[in-house]
Amino acid sequence: MPSFIPLSALIGGVLIGLSATLLLWTTGRIAGISGIVGGLLRPAAAELPWRVAFVIGLIAAPLLYRVAGGTTPDIAVTPSLALAILGGLLVGYGTQLGSGCTSGHGVCGLARVSPRSLAATATFLAVALVTVFVTRHVLGGAP
Amino acid sequence: MKQALASLAAGLLFGLGLTVSQMANPAKVLGFLDLGGDWDPSLAFVLAGAVATAALGFRLVQRAGRPLLAPAFRLPAATRIDRPLLLGAAVFGLGWGLVGFCPGPALTALGLDGLTVPVFVLAMFAGMLLHRLQPSGGKPGQMATPARSR
Repeated sequence: MPSFIPLSALIGGVLIGLSATLLLWTTGRIAGISGIVGGLLRPAAAELPWRVAFVIGLIAAPLLYRVAGGTTPDIAVTPSLALAILGGLLVGYGTQLGSGCTSGHGVCGLARVSPRSLAATATFLAVALVTVFVTRHVLGGAP
Repeated sequence: MKQALASLAAGLLFGLGLTVSQMANPAKVLGFLDLGGDWDPSLAFVLAGAVATAALGFRLVQRAGRPLLAPAFRLPAATRIDRPLLLGAAVFGLGWGLVGFCPGPALTALGLDGLTVPVFVLAMFAGMLLHRLQPSGGKPGQMATPARSR
C-alpha cells in the first residue's frame, strides 16, 4: 500500500503549477494534456513540434529523475489488459468530448476560475469516486 | 524551435511533478478515489499545490499582455456548461476510476512499466481518434485567438 507523503505531494503539485505557468508564459498555451495529445491527431504541421516536445518531456522526466538518483514510483496498474483497453478508450474519448482532463480542467481551469472547468472537474471526480466504490466495495475483486 | 524547447521544459517539469508526487502510479490515484477504503489524500495536496501555483503564475504571466514566443494567449473561450462537456467528463471519470490513469500520468508512466501502460496509452489514442472520426466530433475547443475558420 503506497503511503501518504503530504510534502512530496505538495511539492509535486507546485512543480505541475510551475509547468503550466511556464507553458502559458512562453507559448500562450494551456497545459491540458488531453488537449496537447489530442492535437497530435489533427494534421497541422506548425502545431506538431511543441506538442511532441511536451510529450517527450513527460515521458523522459521520470527516467531522468531516476538517472539523477531519484526513486521513481512503482507503477501498480491493473493486471487486466481488457480493463486497461476499456479504461484507455473511455479516457481518450471522454477527454476529447469534454474538452479536457485533470490537467486542463482540474489544474488550469480551476486556476482560471472557469465555471466550465469547475463543472467538468466535479463531474469526472464524482463519477470516478462512484466507479471506484462500485468496483471495490460492491463488485469487489478489482485491484 | 524556441517554442518546442520551452514546451519540452514544461513537459519535463510536469512529468517531474507527477513523479515526485507519485501520481504516475495509478494505485495512489485509486487510493484517493477510494473513500470507502484506506483513504490516501495525496491527490488533494497535489491538486491544491498545482492550482494555487498556477493561479498565481497565470495572473503574473497574463499581465504581460502576450506570451514570450507567440503572438497571443490561446485560452478556451467557451463559457457554456453544455451536454458534451458534462457527458465527456462523465465518460472520462468512468475510465479514470476503472484504471486510475488520466492522460498525463499514463504518459509519464510509459517508460516505467512493461506492457499494460503502453496498451492503455494506445487505447487512449484510439478513443481520441474515435471521437475525431465521428460526424459531429473532431471540433477542437473554441479558442479566443486567433480564430481559424474550418
